[in-house]
Amino acid sequence: MTALLAVEELHVEIPLALGTLRPVRGVSFEIERGKTLSIVGESGCGKSLTSLAIMNLLPRGARRTATRLSYGGSDLLGLDERAMADLRGNEIAMIFQEPMTSLNPAFTIGNQLEEALLRHRKVARTEARARAVYLLEKVGITAAPERLRQYPHQLSGGLRQRVMIAMALMCGPKLIIADEPTTALDVTIQAQILHLLAALRREFEMGVILITHDLGVVARIADRVAVMYAGEIVESGSVEEIFARPLHPYTQGLMRCIPVPGRSRRGEHLGSIPGMVPSLIGALRGCAFSNRCSHAFERCAVESVPLREIAPDRAYRCLLSAEACARNALEAAAQ
Amino acid sequence: MTPPVLEIREVERRFWVSGGAFKATRALSAVAGVSLAVRRGEVLGLVGESGCGKTTLARMMLGLLKPTSGTILFGGEPIETLDRAALARRVQPVFQDPYSSLNPRKSIGSIIGLPLRVHKLGTRAEWRQRIEEMMDRVGLARRLYRSYPSQLSGGQRQRVAIARALIMRPEVVICDEPTSALDVSVQSQILNLLQDLQRDFNLTYVVISHNLAVVEHLATRVAVMYLGRIVEENETTALFRAPRHPYTEALLASVLTPEPGLGVPDTHLGIAFPNPLEPPAGCPFHPRCPHATALCAARAPERHSFDGAIAECHLYDEIGVNEDKLVIR
Amino acid sequence: MSVESFIGIGDRLQPSAATILRRRVFGHTTFVFGAGTLAFILLVALNASWLAPHDPYAQDLPQRLIPPIWSAEGSWTHVLGTDQLGRDYLSRLIYGTRISLLIGTAAMAMSGLIGTTLGVLAGYFGGRIDLAINFIITTRLAMPIILVALAVAALAGSSLENVILVLGLLLWDRFAVVTRSVTLQVRGLDYVAAAQAVGCSSLRVVASEILPNILNAIIVVATLEMANAILLEAALSFLGVGVPSPLPSWGLMIAEGKEYMFFTPWVITVPGVALFTLVLAINLLGDGVRDLTAPEHRN
Repeated sequence: MTALLAVEELHVEIPLALGTLRPVRGVSFEIERGKTLSIVGESGCGKSLTSLAIMNLLPRGARRTATRLSYGGSDLLGLDERAMADLRGNEIAMIFQEPMTSLNPAFTIGNQLEEALLRHRKVARTEARARAVYLLEKVGITAAPERLRQYPHQLSGGLRQRVMIAMALMCGPKLIIADEPTTALDVTIQAQILHLLAALRREFEMGVILITHDLGVVARIADRVAVMYAGEIVESGSVEEIFARPLHPYTQGLMRCIPVPGRSRRGEHLGSIPGMVPSLIGALRGCAFSNRCSHAFERCAVESVPLREIAPDRAYRCLLSAEACARNALEAAAQ
Repeated sequence: MTPPVLEIREVERRFWVSGGAFKATRALSAVAGVSLAVRRGEVLGLVGESGCGKTTLARMMLGLLKPTSGTILFGGEPIETLDRAALARRVQPVFQDPYSSLNPRKSIGSIIGLPLRVHKLGTRAEWRQRIEEMMDRVGLARRLYRSYPSQLSGGQRQRVAIARALIMRPEVVICDEPTSALDVSVQSQILNLLQDLQRDFNLTYVVISHNLAVVEHLATRVAVMYLGRIVEENETTALFRAPRHPYTEALLASVLTPEPGLGVPDTHLGIAFPNPLEPPAGCPFHPRCPHATALCAARAPERHSFDGAIAECHLYDEIGVNEDKLVIR
Repeated sequence: MSVESFIGIGDRLQPSAATILRRRVFGHTTFVFGAGTLAFILLVALNASWLAPHDPYAQDLPQRLIPPIWSAEGSWTHVLGTDQLGRDYLSRLIYGTRISLLIGTAAMAMSGLIGTTLGVLAGYFGGRIDLAINFIITTRLAMPIILVALAVAALAGSSLENVILVLGLLLWDRFAVVTRSVTLQVRGLDYVAAAQAVGCSSLRVVASEILPNILNAIIVVATLEMANAILLEAALSFLGVGVPSPLPSWGLMIAEGKEYMFFTPWVITVPGVALFTLVLAINLLGDGVRDLTAPEHRN
């Protein structure tokens, strides 16, 4: 099955006074229709910039390069801004974290929803309005025709995010990129929105790239996972594999950090990862995680570490063998 | 029996919000009658979502806001009888946002030492020493004494905030979402630190968080807030094992544990959102409650006690006090 | 492998704060130009007695209205010519810097003190105090400065001190509005709440937590108001209710020269250009200060 989106060796560079910042350093992945890929990592790992680079929405001054960046088989790298704008919202839709700033406070919801469609299709406004009502109901908003006349500030955060999702769906996109879509929402609302996204993805058979830092969200909603650290993908695989047998020391460390109700015991320390992310300005030598890794040895600080594929769709970036990594995980769990 | 280190009795806080140029001002009941008691060495977890009033309650506990009615007592003494200095030595805050909780124009040493200077505790020479000892305690390198907040990471800043809160050895520390703004790997470091400090200094914490996993890890007792009221309170393990209030159930169901294959649960809550400006009649949760009945819309539920636990729900109306609940599913 | 995070770059990788500041300051052309010009004018004002070739008050009627050096009849004795009473224009221009700078600084300081106090009080305490101060600000905005100056001149005569008083007591509105706004912003931040929780008195919170963080806004408004005061003084003197003759105020020079404007245009253009340059320099300085201090907070 041809990939919906194929990314190969994506790099992002930002020249600064202190040197060149490289927040994305050779990211490669593919996504198919009807599947959810989750890119998970902490702040500064480059996950948001990756999605902006794909959509060519990087901040001014930032440069992107890639050996391949294609959507449905056709190249995205060479597209000019106009062609890219035709794709955005139409074939590829984005949902951001802050629904308050993504919606224009000066226009009604209905206006913005209709514009999202009319920008890309020559249809009558009544048809656009009908589709808006249909989608608002699909995302669970009652009294949809009345809602069309409301302004963003009249809605709660959860409702606004539902409107954002409806807006993303107006043109029937094949791919949705959701960047921390529920981080700013309450826990109960988050569950509802994610439940909704999963259902919609199944119904419309879209591909979804979900960017998040929350491993709980990843576990429940993703099919495949790519873990990012310091601008690189350090581990990837199916969600079951990643959670059952995490290989990379960073992934293992992350899993141990999270308090899980019922599993972590009160009074005991949570696992932690000492140290901090290294500076991404200038060239990095060796493994980016080596300064925080308890299993690091001399080669780690010197050699650049390639992404090793040990099975179709299963890869990790470490000099240690897969068996050694698995053993380390078991030892740590036993402590 | 010694009085609890912190006690809150039927505290209410109302704000008056203008309805615009042509409408009358409306009352917003941010906290609508809360009673709590925290004993020395306990960690009380206060859980709730936006609009529940937990931040307002925290500010009242810190003396930054006066209750419209009700009292707050520290070791039996009402908060009004304590002057500013005495109150500061009883209770200190750790705030959520490490980027706005430190004065960007002050050095780390100056920030941590502020309480010492304000209360003139010890000599100038002693200050430096005490500050550096505190920095060691919270895991900050001593060379950061003259650094500024902009040079520190989020985790380091939160450590500075904790150092500032603890340098006077307060009795109670109010942690308002202490780790929500931090990365996962840093969160666990700060949580471990908070745990250790609580043990070492025999502190009493009130931990406010929307993250149930964090609360379960830190707290001995949990109180769940909704639209200004405590709808359930219980000892932690009991609450997580057998929640009584439907809102607590929904909250627990919404926690997405990192277990693949379970999918995202449907909490059956509906899309109505809690608006403190227009609280629903009767039980404030009834528009979203899967068990709601006509009674719930008509009358507010009473506070039912169960051997150390509390639940405000009509589901327990028929049952007397001090009996275990009957589950109606 | 260094352990610095790329968000908060460790102090080993980053040059000292002083070096960064120096680089930014001198790299900013607007600021350098504004500050440099202003510094030059200040030096002229301080050294007027050495620099001025003649006494600015000395009248020499046979030498009236000599054109400046670039004209056919000009001479090096009077580089910028003379005015209608034979006074050397260059000397008057040089001594005029003192008046403009003095009035600008004094009025700015006085109005700054009044406005900042009112603004901080309104922003910090809110409630009734805020309402009262807003009322005072609105009242002040309803008063036209020129008419008040006219009234003062009529009642108390025109003098340098009166001009400073009028301007100082009336130009505080922008200070008040801006400081109130930034105080409100800062007041909502957690470090203010933390200081209050530590037990700081209101005075201490304002002085120690709020003022240092609104300082850059105050500085920017101060430069604007200084320029404003200088222009207003020129306007008032032009109308005859500002600085009295024979003081070498640039506005007064324009007023006195306006009858000869069509025959001897330099009488107006010379002080006009001087005013323009001074005000431009101050505004550029203000722009530069704003740019240099603002992005510092937003990394």
